[in-house]
Amino acid sequence: MIELRHLTRVYAGVPVVDDVSLNVPEGEITALVGTSGSGKTTLLRMINRLVEPTTGQVLIGGQDVAGQPVHLLRRRIGYVIQGVGLFPHHSVARNIATVPRLLGWPPAQIGARVDELLQLFQLDPATFRNRMPHQLSGGQAQRVGVARALAARPDLLLLDEPFGALDAIGRARAQADLRGVQRQLGTTMILVTHDINEAVQLGDRIAVMDHGRILQHDRPERILTDPATPFVQALIGPGERAFHLLSLSAVLGMTQPGQAQGPAIPREASLRDALAECLWSGRDALPVEGGGIVTLAALRAHARQAPE
Amino acid sequence: MIGRVLPALVAGLLLIFLLSPDSFAPLFRPFTRNGAPPIYGQTSLLALTLSHLAIVAVAVIASTLVALVLAVLVTRPSGREFLPLARTVTSVGQTFPPVAVLALAVPVMGFGTAPTLVALFLYGLLPVFENTLAGLTGQPPEVAEAARAMGMTDRQRLWQVELPLALPLILAGMRLTAVISMGTATIGSTVAAKTLGEVIIAGLLSSNTAFVLQGGMVVGIIAVQIHHLFQRFESRAARAAGQGV
Repeated sequence: MIELRHLTRVYAGVPVVDDVSLNVPEGEITALVGTSGSGKTTLLRMINRLVEPTTGQVLIGGQDVAGQPVHLLRRRIGYVIQGVGLFPHHSVARNIATVPRLLGWPPAQIGARVDELLQLFQLDPATFRNRMPHQLSGGQAQRVGVARALAARPDLLLLDEPFGALDAIGRARAQADLRGVQRQLGTTMILVTHDINEAVQLGDRIAVMDHGRILQHDRPERILTDPATPFVQALIGPGERAFHLLSLSAVLGMTQPGQAQGPAIPREASLRDALAECLWSGRDALPVEGGGIVTLAALRAHARQAPE
Repeated sequence: MIGRVLPALVAGLLLIFLLSPDSFAPLFRPFTRNGAPPIYGQTSLLALTLSHLAIVAVAVIASTLVALVLAVLVTRPSGREFLPLARTVTSVGQTFPPVAVLALAVPVMGFGTAPTLVALFLYGLLPVFENTLAGLTGQPPEVAEAARAMGMTDRQRLWQVELPLALPLILAGMRLTAVISMGTATIGSTVAAKTLGEVIIAGLLSSNTAFVLQGGMVVGIIAVQIHHLFQRFESRAARAAGQGV
């Protein structure tokens, strides 16, 4: 568990992060979402002490990070930034090996770990191991960046707008990859984003920040259905709320017996995808792969759970 | 292709000339008057060239080391306030005429190589210092950020990230310093340093254009060769640093 206790950071007399307390449960993705200048990046950077708090404490597993040598602390915490920041003079393998090398792992173990991570991110080790960063596409560089952050099996991964530089297709893929990797490894992740959509997609919990304070910290469904302040409501966008809510659940949980015409939809597809398919193909019900159907009426009923 | 063949050809010709200058006598005879010797013979041209190169090499290495250390120091958080001072020192080193340095150094150090080394050392600080500074400060901020966040110590960041990325620019600074020093070293012969300037000065004193030409050409050709050599190192270093193609 990561505990932030009354964290405050003041720049030139102005609090950028103002008395923030937050508990981040282990094995989950917590999304810090807010507009630019809300203090979310500063809050994140205080966790691995890239920024030192003016007052307050960060506890990881009950230990105050302020008491630990900063370079040793950072080697235990993965960190991914928007610009990726791969070392341009090191190959992909050497980049991924950065923290294991700092920790003095034996070379054979490092080599095996690099290949394992490349495979995890669907980059063929033989092809990519010796490439230089400038030979990678944006999406590939981003995946290498996440692989590098995970190389020494950190218990905690911090991500600061990790997909900000990717185009829409690359971003969707990277988000799905991250979700998959997180499920597989169970790493605790804290993700900073300005995109409520991304927060809803990835976050097990969402903390909404504005002016250095956390306005609401809760499960995505609760944030969507019961926004704590007008700011949270505005951030969600009232017109989008129903779609966000539908995107949280998979078709799997909504199937009912019956028959329907047309091509089937995958069980893992979200209700939002199902709704889009209904509207686009003009059908009132869709067959679901592996049996059963999902109906437009049921989707409508689900979306209306959102109280006005 | 021509860019590689031509320097090699010129280097070969220069070597032949240094090993056997007299075989080039007919070429230089038209530049002499009253039957003066067309080839400088007081000291062997080869010995002068080697001595000239040694002086330049020592001076360039010394200015590089000092300029590098200075640039690294003033880019650390604790040394940042010394940046203006370091800039002033290196700029003065460059603007103060080497001849004046010689004039001031001789009374203290006596005639010979030492004053020349001092003059060249001071003169060569600026290019390496400014280039190293540019190389260290012009790095992508996200790379520096990643290095910090991965848990590299300050020293590890310097050796594993900052200096390798700055290397192409450092080499470019060394190239400038070496080329400038090749020419400037000739004035060392006014205070009895053994350089190719000796040939030029002898030519000036005896109105023998052939001597001036010989000294000047050897210096010039070697300077161009050094320039090419460093450029090759630079592009290799740039590739290794993931810059360019």
